[in-house]
Amino acid sequence: MSAHGNETSRRIVAIGPDRRGFLKGMVGAGAFLLGVRAGVIAAPRPSDGPGDAAAAFAPNVWLAIEADDRVRIVAHRSEMGTGIRTVLPLVVADELGCSREKVEIVQAIGDEKYGSQDTDGSRSIRRFYEPMRAAGATAALMLRRAAAARWKVPVGETHTADHAVVHGATGKRLGFGALAADAAKLPVPDATELTFKKPADRRFIGADAPIDDARGIVTGAAKFGGDIRRPGMLFAMIVRPPALGQAVKTVDDKATRALKGVVDVVRVPGFSGAHAFQPLGGVAVLARDTWSALQGRRLLQVTWGESPHSALDDAALAERLVKIVEKPGAVLRERGDTPKALKSADTRIAATYRTARLAHAPMEPPVATAEWKDGACTVWAPTQNPQAARDEVARMCAVDKAAVTVEVTLLGGGFGRKSKADFASEAAWLARHAKAPVQVVWTREDDIAHSYFHAPAAVHLEAGLDQKKRPVAWLQRSAFPTITSTFNPAAKAPSPMEMGLGFTDVPWAVPNLRAEGGEVEHHSRIGWYRAVCNIWHAFAVHGFADELAHAAGADPLAFLRDLIGPKRLVDPTTEGCTYPNYGEPLAKYPIDTGRLRRVLDRAAEDIGWGRKTPAGTGLGIAVHRSFLTYVAAACEVQVSQQGKVSIPRFVIAADCGLAVNPDRVRAQMEGSVVFGVSLALHSAASHKAGRIEQSNFHDYRIARITDAPRRIDVRLVGDGENLPTGVGEPGVPPIAPALANGIFAATGKRVRELPLSRADLSWS
Amino acid sequence: MPAIDVNGKAIETDGIDPAMPLLWFLRDHAGMTGVKFGCGMAQCGCCTVHLGGRAVRACVTPVSAAMGQPVVTIEGLDEKGEHPLQKAWAAAGVPQCGYCQAGQIMSAAALLAQNKGPSDDDIDRAMRGNLCRCGTYPRIREAIKAAAKEMG
Ligand code: FES
Ligand code: FES
Repeated sequence: MSAHGNETSRRIVAIGPDRRGFLKGMVGAGAFLLGVRAGVIAAPRPSDGPGDAAAAFAPNVWLAIEADDRVRIVAHRSEMGTGIRTVLPLVVADELGCSREKVEIVQAIGDEKYGSQDTDGSRSIRRFYEPMRAAGATAALMLRRAAAARWKVPVGETHTADHAVVHGATGKRLGFGALAADAAKLPVPDATELTFKKPADRRFIGADAPIDDARGIVTGAAKFGGDIRRPGMLFAMIVRPPALGQAVKTVDDKATRALKGVVDVVRVPGFSGAHAFQPLGGVAVLARDTWSALQGRRLLQVTWGESPHSALDDAALAERLVKIVEKPGAVLRERGDTPKALKSADTRIAATYRTARLAHAPMEPPVATAEWKDGACTVWAPTQNPQAARDEVARMCAVDKAAVTVEVTLLGGGFGRKSKADFASEAAWLARHAKAPVQVVWTREDDIAHSYFHAPAAVHLEAGLDQKKRPVAWLQRSAFPTITSTFNPAAKAPSPMEMGLGFTDVPWAVPNLRAEGGEVEHHSRIGWYRAVCNIWHAFAVHGFADELAHAAGADPLAFLRDLIGPKRLVDPTTEGCTYPNYGEPLAKYPIDTGRLRRVLDRAAEDIGWGRKTPAGTGLGIAVHRSFLTYVAAACEVQVSQQGKVSIPRFVIAADCGLAVNPDRVRAQMEGSVVFGVSLALHSAASHKAGRIEQSNFHDYRIARITDAPRRIDVRLVGDGENLPTGVGEPGVPPIAPALANGIFAATGKRVRELPLSRADLSWS
Repeated sequence: MPAIDVNGKAIETDGIDPAMPLLWFLRDHAGMTGVKFGCGMAQCGCCTVHLGGRAVRACVTPVSAAMGQPVVTIEGLDEKGEHPLQKAWAAAGVPQCGYCQAGQIMSAAALLAQNKGPSDDDIDRAMRGNLCRCGTYPRIREAIKAAAKEMG
């Protein structure tokens, strides 16, 4: 999630011949080019060339049809494992009527002309599915018009298929390449003139197309961030301040400089003002190879000054968060009179949940390579947000951003960490200093210590049941260091965006419902992490729903169905809530309890809800809407008498509307289960006296194959008629509560803290 | 120091610190960037290569220990990149981001060289040391079984 990027309305323009050189060197002369734009459009403007500042006017996809039939489609989003680099271009290809083998996918550099490239918030498909279809349909119509003119037949009698325009009645066909030059001369059709392929005629949308990079990945040829090699390149390692904002006091680099292979030792400036995406500063060792840089850094002696954050203590912060949520906070959503209803309830329960600080730990730690030539810089970086990387490089190096090119490599995982490309600026700054290409390599220790952390959080809940054990009141209160503090260090209050992540949008049909938020200061870099605040909100809300079911003496599934209530659309804004709905109008993407119920029922059925399980084995379930997608997770958990957890099976039922590439949707859901298992069972980062306490995978644990469920079944129950919604993140939130609920069923032990492995789960 | 045989090619080691981990030698001096860095302390398996036919973590194997034994990286697993595991990986759609997959495949290849029909527990034992942050474990299991079948 980020606060940036506004991609709500769309229009299409053709650029015709490549007169501005956007695809210079990429396509031949005479190629037919088409640009599609996304953005909020205030008024059409005559000039929209490169360097034009208004992102809203920038095209975000380019397709080029060459005379030799090749269709090149630009992937403007970053590939970090979702398959988006393949999936979005194939949406264009499908509407156009391409043959797969004639489509080439070209990765875009960072540039506003593509519209938003900020690959996060599970919105690449959501925001670009329609524009991409329109791009393909526009090009198809122009090619059909060109063919119809040649054949002197009505355009309506033609269609595109297998990389050609076909005249149905006569069977005549003309390849795209042969029509490209004619099509490029035609005016661009209006959006209202476009026709789209019927679902039955689609080849790629809705099909399990393999990803473009698969072969490169399995042969080792695929290029990730660290795989860039430039002539004369140096390798850099940086020792960064242990606590946010500490400045270098003294440096003793004698031993480092004496080391063979070390070229230079240099102080890197720290940030000024809000730290945002700026590097942390520190001392860099430049060397001939990575090993020399690493050895040289080990020998460095650096002392640090004080900072307002050098006392950060996560154990104390966790206690503080609990204190904050156990007192009244700011009311963010109110239905009925919750305090009164709680007071008069027949049964009343309360609980406080807490979750740990997390580091993304993508398998590929941050890394970037930069090279300067004639005052211009090229950076190769595995970044989720190449435009932000470019802006930041330009700022740190005090050059115009026109002088900065950001090439996006494959990302070895991102999960939100690589939206913040502090590593790209480090590389650019050092390369200019060294007058040589520089690759900045982060170790795992660097990655964990200098994350943009997923915040530690506490959530307090209270609920009341009437005499018939029906829920009559629900109160919830959440507190955590806010992401806003990354951009405004004084910020302490949670933003509506963060509270809208699985908290102010609880769909419960309870007559009295209240959501509150508390305030706390930050003391470290806080960022967004796959599924963001949904993680702690879902853990608390769905764990507590299970507690309430047991308090009511009800079956948790039956109770959950009642809590969700009748089929209806929930609108938090009618209850005094500022609810952003992931940046989309509720009218277009409502909170639909019918869809919630449908995924819940499907997951329950597939896990065999209600069946008898042996001692130490339990079933758990949770259902959560996030990123506009509905996901139910049901699991079978085994807990040994010694308290060791194993997970034979997870079932995911997901409704993401149309699944554009069902295989990749399933892969994201499978991955979300494992990601959710990691944070549920093992992962926790913490500070003492401002210093991180973990360093590598032995103490910052993530799921191994032995922790992961042996079996994960993903059921896509969405209706292809509904617009596609997010899939990268929404599988994560229900995993931890489903597990905790399953553990309760298995052992009778209620765990209200993540990671679960902190609790003693032994039983007899 | 003598040269090291990497994927059948002799790579000079003149001037190389014998303590340098094979990982950095392969990546920075032998051009084998398919070998990945994930932890540097034998925790993640991203750097897995074959040394004398055994799967080792290149990040904790010094260059000096690699002398006299052939090193095989993902780039050299199969001349055409068509090892049954590579094919099974693509067919099962295993890779998400792909970063861990070279190491996963090298660990799986060492397993299948020893064990033609691995059970789930065998797979767990052989693959425990390879982390995948994207969570492709269920498909890794599936692809290993498919490749084992294919290899007969
Ligand atoms: S890099 Fe060698 S095991 Fe992680
Ligand atoms: S595929 Fe991304 S880490 Fe394994």
